[in-house]
Amino acid sequence: MFERIRKGRWPKRFLLAGCAAIAGLFFRSKLAPEPRLSLVETKAPSPRPSAEYELISDTVDRQLQLRIDAQGLATAPPADWRQVCRRLSLALVGNSLSLEELRSIEKVAPEERIEGWTNYLLADTRWSHYFAERFSRAIVGTNQGPFLLFRRRKFQLWLADEFYRGVPYDQIVRKMLTATGLWTEHPEVNFMTSTIENDNGGRVDPILLAGRTSRAFLGMRLDCLQCHDDLLGNIDLGSKDEPRGGRQIDFQQLAAYFGGSRVSGKNALAGLRDDHRLYRVQLLGDVQETTLSPKVPFLGSIVIPNVAPREQLATWITHPENKAFARATVNRVWAILFGLPLMDPVDDIPIDGPFPPALETLSEAFAESGYQLSSLVRMIVATQAFRRDSRLLEQPLTAEHEASWAVFPLTQLRPDQVAGSLHQACRLERIDDRSSIFAQLERFVSLNDFIKEYGDRGEDEFISQNVTVPQRLLVMNGKFLRERIDENPVINASSQIALLATSDHQAIEATYLSTLNRLPTASEFDAFEATLKGKKNAARSKAIGDLFWILLNSTEFLWNH
Amino acid sequence: MNEKRKQPECASWHRMLRRRWLASSASSLGGFGLTSIAEALARAGESPREDAAGHRSKKARSIIVLWLQGGPSQLETFDPHPGTKIGGDVRAISSSIPKVVIAETLPLISERLHLTTLIRSIVSKEGDHERATYQLKTGWRPDPTIVHPSIGAILCHQTHDNLEIPRHVSILSGQWPARGGYLGGQYDAFQVGDPSSRLPNLRSPTNAERTSARIDGLRDIVEREFARGRLENLDLLKTQHETATAKALKMMNSDQVSAFDVSKESASMQKSFGDSPFGRGCLSAVRLIERGVRCVEVELSGWDSHVNNHEIQSARCAHLDSALSALLDELQRRELLDTTLVVCGGEFGRTPNINAAAGRDHWQHGFSILLAGGPLRRGYVHGATSSSPTEDSSKRLDDVSNPVIVQDLHATLLDSLSIDYSQEQITPIRRPLAFCQGSVVRELLS
Repeated sequence: MFERIRKGRWPKRFLLAGCAAIAGLFFRSKLAPEPRLSLVETKAPSPRPSAEYELISDTVDRQLQLRIDAQGLATAPPADWRQVCRRLSLALVGNSLSLEELRSIEKVAPEERIEGWTNYLLADTRWSHYFAERFSRAIVGTNQGPFLLFRRRKFQLWLADEFYRGVPYDQIVRKMLTATGLWTEHPEVNFMTSTIENDNGGRVDPILLAGRTSRAFLGMRLDCLQCHDDLLGNIDLGSKDEPRGGRQIDFQQLAAYFGGSRVSGKNALAGLRDDHRLYRVQLLGDVQETTLSPKVPFLGSIVIPNVAPREQLATWITHPENKAFARATVNRVWAILFGLPLMDPVDDIPIDGPFPPALETLSEAFAESGYQLSSLVRMIVATQAFRRDSRLLEQPLTAEHEASWAVFPLTQLRPDQVAGSLHQACRLERIDDRSSIFAQLERFVSLNDFIKEYGDRGEDEFISQNVTVPQRLLVMNGKFLRERIDENPVINASSQIALLATSDHQAIEATYLSTLNRLPTASEFDAFEATLKGKKNAARSKAIGDLFWILLNSTEFLWNH
Repeated sequence: MNEKRKQPECASWHRMLRRRWLASSASSLGGFGLTSIAEALARAGESPREDAAGHRSKKARSIIVLWLQGGPSQLETFDPHPGTKIGGDVRAISSSIPKVVIAETLPLISERLHLTTLIRSIVSKEGDHERATYQLKTGWRPDPTIVHPSIGAILCHQTHDNLEIPRHVSILSGQWPARGGYLGGQYDAFQVGDPSSRLPNLRSPTNAERTSARIDGLRDIVEREFARGRLENLDLLKTQHETATAKALKMMNSDQVSAFDVSKESASMQKSFGDSPFGRGCLSAVRLIERGVRCVEVELSGWDSHVNNHEIQSARCAHLDSALSALLDELQRRELLDTTLVVCGGEFGRTPNINAAAGRDHWQHGFSILLAGGPLRRGYVHGATSSSPTEDSSKRLDDVSNPVIVQDLHATLLDSLSIDYSQEQITPIRRPLAFCQGSVVRELLS
């Protein structure tokens, strides 16, 4: 016996049998569980009645429909609620739904499922953390930034907390733009310190900050004017009545707002301070440097005079009449929800249009909501456009259908969504901050490793990329998926389904729901019931593991639709 | 541009026979034979040719980048100033180029310096590791609106091969491996570790029969169902998922993968490159280039010597010396040096001044990069740095003769690879952009 134990024969069997027994006790109800989650109890307080969101979403849909009709396109029918909830989960928490979550939503009346799931996710800390990660890509970039002077994690946690507490987005942006002090005590300071170069005397980089400010908060690529005037006619400034092309000085004067901020070597413990140093730059064609005063590139009439430069900039950017701010935010949130922005690229919106349908309506509604991101999410989710199927079964689907939102567009999942979804699909219960420390730690570590190998997209997160051969090899053969579909009845969904499903039909259904978040079609049932037929114990477990592999390697799993 | 990448020539797994899986070795041997002939024919056209006057046209077809991450010190490698205020503890030794000395840390390379072009006057404006790495690898300063492709990605984009293994490879890649940038993720370098280890993710976790059944289920049931009601030619026009899967399967079965395996080489050959991951990486690079791979990047990290500069640089040089000298020898012996560029350098150099911790800090105002192969001159040293540099930061260029800016270095390399670097590509942000905005440094070419 001891010899057998030493050779590892019996213990494995004992262990598996023991685990199976324990798992049976623990997870008996997992395939059709009583909901651990209650959509009613955890429903986030909705700041506005849903009828108001519907009013806005109706307007948005009418505007979109005008273009769809003008192009003579058909619209897709509403998608299955599970698909819409999958889109929501991918956009708001970065992974698909667990079987547990789907079973919980099933308990809700059909007409309340999508709204209920939206409210549920918006009350979940996963939402604020995920949105903070997505937003921070535009706000502080994806570079490591200066050693010691930049704490990305602190910044993201602060941003997540602001989102979770429902702090209006204009206030959050003002805090970042006017921040002073230590970047460890006041995490919003990291917006500024992320640009400090090591050999620049602790001075922030006005060029980088002006570029980020214009793209992240105004949705404009003014940094194209960094070196010269607009030569291609891409950047119109001025007013609607008096339009003019962008000039180098427009950008450099925007940069001048940041020219007087530094972390002084002598007073480093005081953190970031303003020393109001004059901003000097050599403009193209000049032989000498010019001193530039801060000046906004357009809509100068709403600037508040006689305040500190960064405060002036912050109030100007978030002024209700400066609609560029709301448009930039709407376009980004739309892109997170759909995988594509309303106006592409996400940060290149002309100041005076023309704007795509829906952008102005949503921007005005966002501003009226008090710049509440959660309200903006609810408005967009309430649209028919968000709830449409991604397929057209009655007639050929073309690229124009996707471009005009007549169908929900097919977009590749981001690396973090792939990792998060693979991990969640292989666990029957959802993994969140109420999961065990072990489960959270496992998720954090393994996802980071996977994303590193899969390749992060950096700041180009909405630019379409093809899947690569190394990415396919990683999902097909890599340790990450292998460990999650091998026999392990304690944590792996495939083993638990093999153990607990009372029929092949139930096993296939649970596997499809756990992975693709949908029910199998009749032909899929037939095909996979044939592969499971007659298989028992280990053979059955392997076959269900194989089914997991098939579904997790599919286009359907790796794309949003 | 994108349309060009989506030609139907791309192998579809619909053509991947089940039998191939069940008899993979036999089938891959067959594929290997055909591919080898096709490759040989293709490459024959790229070999150096003689013009009417008998001059050999030595445009290169491939490139090896020995990437020294962290910032190697020019003063302890290729540009020593012994006996001066900035010289530190290093001594100089003569080289195979008359009157040219390099640091004693590189004795083997000193004997092969006549094969190379040494630039001692690279200047840039980036002093941060990440930003400077980006600039050296792409030829562009970081731009938040776009990600530029590395030189290997451009080379692969501009050429067509029939390889079953990736054409752009990064061995021992660290934080910032070469990327495809706006050309697309398919041009990213394929990242591998120490060649003594098995290649990652190439072996199916299940036996051939189960793997085949999985592929069948995926292709015949799930993908077929997903394609209903979607774009016609969904894979070709949009997802490329099945195409990438087919390529992955092909690579898993390909004998060409053995080009990564340095154990196929003799023990003495392996020993000459050095018993280190970097040495094995360099040997693997030679094998991959011989197999038809276009760009191999091999990384040797650990050059960031803010403290104990001399010890750190010396230790790193020991690895570099044997590996680079053996690499040059082997490329020459296998008649690949005429068609392969070799670039050896890091993101910046190190300060002339030695700090209080006996270290040198980042220095982008005059550092060294070693080049070899293709049409590059042999036995030539370009530029020089001063032994007594000024402390006036506004006059740093005064201390560098014949300075070479990074974009000019890239223009020279791309031109040496027969790439029209000034051609504009329409980027994803609809902005036309040249591959490189620099100019060829003619003095570097033979």
